[in-house]
Amino acid sequence: MKSYDAIVVGAGHNGLTTAAFLAKAGLDVVCVEKNDYIGGATVSRNLYKDWWYSNCSYVCSLLRPEIYRSLELHKHGLQVTPYDGSVTLMENGDYYGGYHDAEAAYREDARFSRKDADAHKNYSADTMRQCRLIRDFLLRTAPDPTSFKPRDLMELARIGGKLNEMGEDRLGETIRFWTMSVAEYLDEYFETDVIKTALSASGIIGTALGIHSPGTAYVLLHHYMGDVDGNVGAWGFARGGTGAVSKAIAGAFQAEGGEIRTEAGVDKFIVKGGKVTGVALDNGDEVHADVVVSAMDVKRTFLNCMDKSDLPEKFYNRVENFKIRGSSGKINIALDGLPTFPALPKGSPLYSADIHFTDSMERMERAYDDWKDGTWSKDPYIDMTIPTTNDPTMAPPGKHFMSCFIQYCPRQVHGRDWTQEDKDGFQKSVFDQISNYSPDFKDLVLHAEVRTPQDIENEIGITEGNIFHGELTMDQLMFNRPIPGFAQYRSPIGGLYMCGSSNHPGGGIMGAPGANAAREILMDLRRPNTVPENFGDD
Amino acid sequence: MTIVEGPVREAVPQGPLKTPFYPRVAKIDTVNQWHEWKGFSSPDALYCEDLEYFSIRNGTAVFDLSPMTKYRVTGPDAMDYLNRLVTRDMAKIKPGRVAYAVWCDDQGQVIDDGTIFHLREGEYRICCQERHFAWFQAATIGFDVDVVHETEDIAGLAVQGPTSYSVLKTMGVEGLEDLKPFGLIHVDFQGTEMMVSRTGFTADLGYELWIDPAKALDLWDALFEAGENFKIRAIGTHALELARIEAGYLAPYAEFLPVDETIRTGRSRSPLELGLEWLVDFKKPNFNGRRALAEEKRKGSTWRLVKLDIEGNKVADSSYIFSNSKAKGESIGFITSAAWSPVCKQNIALGTVRTPHGKPGDTVWVEIYYQREMHWNREMAKATVVDKPFWFPPRRGATPPGPY
Amino acid sequence: MTKSMGEKYDAIVVGAGHNGLVCSALLAKAGKRVLVLEANQQVGGAAITREFADGYLVSACAHLLYQLQPEVRKELKLATRLATEDMTTIALGEDGKHVRLKTDSVEGVSDEDAKQYRDFRKRMARFAKLLRKVFNKTPPRLGNQDFQDFLTYAQLGLDVRMLGKAEMEAFLRLIFMNIHDEVTERFEHPMLKGAISLDAVLGTHLGPRSPNTMMTYLYRLAGDQGRAGVPAGGMGSVSNELAQAARGAGVTIRTGMPVKRIIIENGRATGVETESGERFDSYKVISNADPKTTLMKLIGAKHAETGFARRVSHIRARGNAAKLHLALDGLPAIEGLSRKDFAERLVIAPDEHYVERAFNPAKYGESSPNPVIEITFPSFRDETLAPTGKHVMSAVVQYAPYGLKGGWNEEAKAAFMKAIIDTLAKYMPDIEQRITASELLTPADIENEFHITGGHWHHGELSLDQFLFVRPVNGAAQYQLPIDGVYLCGAGAHPGGGISGAAGRNAARAILRREKAA
Repeated sequence: MKSYDAIVVGAGHNGLTTAAFLAKAGLDVVCVEKNDYIGGATVSRNLYKDWWYSNCSYVCSLLRPEIYRSLELHKHGLQVTPYDGSVTLMENGDYYGGYHDAEAAYREDARFSRKDADAHKNYSADTMRQCRLIRDFLLRTAPDPTSFKPRDLMELARIGGKLNEMGEDRLGETIRFWTMSVAEYLDEYFETDVIKTALSASGIIGTALGIHSPGTAYVLLHHYMGDVDGNVGAWGFARGGTGAVSKAIAGAFQAEGGEIRTEAGVDKFIVKGGKVTGVALDNGDEVHADVVVSAMDVKRTFLNCMDKSDLPEKFYNRVENFKIRGSSGKINIALDGLPTFPALPKGSPLYSADIHFTDSMERMERAYDDWKDGTWSKDPYIDMTIPTTNDPTMAPPGKHFMSCFIQYCPRQVHGRDWTQEDKDGFQKSVFDQISNYSPDFKDLVLHAEVRTPQDIENEIGITEGNIFHGELTMDQLMFNRPIPGFAQYRSPIGGLYMCGSSNHPGGGIMGAPGANAAREILMDLRRPNTVPENFGDD
Repeated sequence: MTIVEGPVREAVPQGPLKTPFYPRVAKIDTVNQWHEWKGFSSPDALYCEDLEYFSIRNGTAVFDLSPMTKYRVTGPDAMDYLNRLVTRDMAKIKPGRVAYAVWCDDQGQVIDDGTIFHLREGEYRICCQERHFAWFQAATIGFDVDVVHETEDIAGLAVQGPTSYSVLKTMGVEGLEDLKPFGLIHVDFQGTEMMVSRTGFTADLGYELWIDPAKALDLWDALFEAGENFKIRAIGTHALELARIEAGYLAPYAEFLPVDETIRTGRSRSPLELGLEWLVDFKKPNFNGRRALAEEKRKGSTWRLVKLDIEGNKVADSSYIFSNSKAKGESIGFITSAAWSPVCKQNIALGTVRTPHGKPGDTVWVEIYYQREMHWNREMAKATVVDKPFWFPPRRGATPPGPY
Repeated sequence: MTKSMGEKYDAIVVGAGHNGLVCSALLAKAGKRVLVLEANQQVGGAAITREFADGYLVSACAHLLYQLQPEVRKELKLATRLATEDMTTIALGEDGKHVRLKTDSVEGVSDEDAKQYRDFRKRMARFAKLLRKVFNKTPPRLGNQDFQDFLTYAQLGLDVRMLGKAEMEAFLRLIFMNIHDEVTERFEHPMLKGAISLDAVLGTHLGPRSPNTMMTYLYRLAGDQGRAGVPAGGMGSVSNELAQAARGAGVTIRTGMPVKRIIIENGRATGVETESGERFDSYKVISNADPKTTLMKLIGAKHAETGFARRVSHIRARGNAAKLHLALDGLPAIEGLSRKDFAERLVIAPDEHYVERAFNPAKYGESSPNPVIEITFPSFRDETLAPTGKHVMSAVVQYAPYGLKGGWNEEAKAAFMKAIIDTLAKYMPDIEQRITASELLTPADIENEFHITGGHWHHGELSLDQFLFVRPVNGAAQYQLPIDGVYLCGAGAHPGGGISGAAGRNAARAILRREKAA
């Protein structure tokens, strides 16, 4: 059996990122993937005729430009095209449009409240200030506050300095921002329910929290981070669907001589004397290397693919207690034509925007109450996009692909697995809601793929199908992510590293955990670093 | 769930809106150079910015001010409210007077500057560049006062230049003889009340007219008819900007950034740093920023705004400022606005430098890059810090004003 | 026109709540001439005993003593007599199978649960000790270069480090966690999980799943490891004892003197004016009222700067806890309880989901149809509180949101009362027949009677964004408002509410220290 310098387990975007940076440093790297396609949840799939579905993740906003540039992803076919705006269709027949043009956005706000319109810039500046703070930490390893190593102490001092330079008032606001709920945060700026609702969604997408849960203001950043200083094209679709991102990273990896093996699921990490020596595949093959990097979530890595006896008991328990919660589902739809939304003017650019139907904070929070009760939201929050209004490559001319991200949707229904009946019920909740606002929608549906957290878990492998590989609460962020004491991409097993979204700074198609893990590995191997630094404060 | 069905609501207008004077301005326009100003179309220039500039200094220039953000403040506590809001003492501003003022956050950092018109007893209008309704509303906590956003309810024209008095007089405006700088009067214009203030952005004789948008076009027509023999011209922003720099007035986003829009701490400025100490009245027991400004006064400021008289004629746009001619060490600051002044024949600029640099009379050096036929050149130009406006003619303050 | 009362005080304390009394007593002991003005006829604020029905007395608001800080007891030489101490918490089961939670042991659950409980409480005790240290200090000022503040930071950092690596990691994770996760990670027994969840959310606008509820749980333990007691004679006797200590130290306390405003002249406090028009002069005015009342009503927001006033207006203080007082003609029947158990603390919180579901409606301005309840029978050990043979039930009931949709009118109160009695009846079938008189204080009532904004125990939600450096708000966490001469000493200031005296003591110390520095 051939042996390698490094094995990366899982060809999701983070696994591929780590693999590419290791290969770039001259390592002989293989990336093994259980499915017959690469990309993990960063994937475009052809599941119905000539339609391509971004059937897990669907927008690309956070991919670190440092990584994009360093791996020259444009040379490997990636093109992210910005899209504009968002709209919330309202029960009263009105709609709240979020326009890219600042003045149009202002006028729209002012229709509801002049005060809100004027406050919006303050909200943006205050939020961007937090983005700027966190952005600086993305391509850096979180310091261990319990350590006395010079590196950790220096990094802690650096963070302390960053905070201190904000000044008393802004530091106080920062502490509040990191700990308060998104609903309370928005209450401090806005009085209009629909404006607050439209903005609040970013505080709960991908989490098992409600808009009133403390800590959700911080989650906003995970959706806004691309936007500091008004970078154009921060929100975009990858041309050809999200799969184009992983394809491009894979291309960069292969160009450096890397090897990808699909249909090569890992059964076990082989551990000898506290050190990893390779992986045993499902088909019985073994692949060997002194460095093994898991791009899988932390639970799957240590609970499913390792003997309990190989791990310190405390670590094992901590992994068990790491919270990865299925909170969202996905429905991917092939459409015979563009559905109409009678509330919107004909030809409105908002057809190409994010479309939503939740127009009050109460509806938003009640959707969460259903989840807490162990079921999908009966009046769900839907983040709907029709990427084909922007990208002609994903469906035949005149036809459309619609992506619906739905919150909330639990991993289990009342503590048991999903049945077909449940899935039908879930689909019905979503379809009924859309039909309320688009009478011709149902007639246009040619095919629909319903993906519950259970489906995503089973197919992609992410525990509970959570988009962030773990809740983004303060007890699981920075030096707490994924496990206190193991937040620097290393595990208790020698040579075994973690590079998935369970690690700092978390999920979304960002690539930062993958890049950070590669940097740590290269440091341990005493190889020159190939991972780019943060572009810095521009 | 039932969704209410009804007529489709058309989208809010996209792109810049047209001001009440737009039809007339557009008619004059020959160069088609426009920009957006707070959601409205505003011309850069209309036919030739140099000639437009000279109409400010030689005749009468008319500039459409309608996009200026305006708020009406009324109620029993209106004066107390403003007194807490801004740094200067508003008790001294009697009805019929206008105050230039700045307002700060609690840290004494400038949010914006603007003019506050004391329209009538207890009734004020704040006129400024940026939008501050959220802040002005927050400031009402604890006051019996009403603040209303009225930007679109009032059309405004700046009428500036040595012949402006004659133009308005010819148009039939009465009572201008006694109107001093920073005074305002209410007059009748064709049956509609019009407010005339002796204010402006040019440091020249000039007025601003404020009227119901419905009468805007009538006002324009009457004004140009009256101005026929007084070299009246409509102008664009570029000409006004030049006059503004000559006057040494501040512009947001140039000399300062509204603090509530800054992401980075330390990128805002205090009134003391902007040379506006005369606007800060520490005798008032409480106003926004008082504690911080008192502390700053005790400890010293970080920055100082400077007016620079620069040798040579190369415009010092975006230049670094140094304390020495060799550009050794760190720069001490940078230029925020610069121009060649046609009336002074002087290379002038506004800049911000670190204290203790920049005292009036100090010499500093400006690193100027300029392009001549594709090639770039660099020049270290000597500059003197001056403490007076570059242009401030006696006719600006003469009351009654002269005919020209 | 106000007339000045001539005499000038070193400090005037507005409100004779327990914190106000502690603060005044400590200042007086340091030689200050202190005047305390109390609006009600009785001292104590929310810590009073009063008659709610003919012959029945009850601790009208706070009814359990958890956190009275040992430092306060020592410095003021208090010797509070407790009718009941170290109370066991009995989580009631409908079937008469109850779970008994003590400081470090639990009965009625599996051995594994019992072991987990011991570990849990041990760890909590360790962390609570750390918090207790923090609670008895003035929080350092953010972004400040002050040496004293630096020392406080350093001490705090050192204390956390002294926990050791493993416990430090646990601490830095736990304080951000919710109680739901912690109890589901550790325990099996639903009632055990429910009772602990209840302790974490009582008095807050949070549910067990809300992040940071570990911190609110720890808060409860930061006094005497969570040991609860009932003072003889009700909570009023603690206040009376504090008042006595204050008077003994030379403090003048005047009741029935509602303060109309704190007089600000030339940007600084110069005294107070009472509703009756009397004026008292002092360059230090210390408010025991909540921060919103202090700034918005007593001082007037116009005397503060806009940013600060706005911040204070944003303080969340929406009370959710109602207080129920029942006059009973005898003890109700509860299956599975022995008679002496009526001296303990009974809770209705059958599992953590029940508590969460009780919280849900509160988010939408509705009261819980199935409320969580904390019950005591103070008369059981204290005959002075009820006629012979009769009893008083004092209960805290959640959730009763302050901002109830439609307001707390008689109808809404009656509906909530019915929900409570129905809930109680599941455990005490004869309760309804036993009631001879009742009183339900909703947060709206508590606001009215005790002058606390939102009727919130803690004078402001106890959540991380209103905690420590930012309690009550950034820029006032050191007990001084950014208006010269005005201070806070109530629960709205660090560390928060509960009959602990920490805020009052810290305020007094901060004031004295500042004076010394000046």
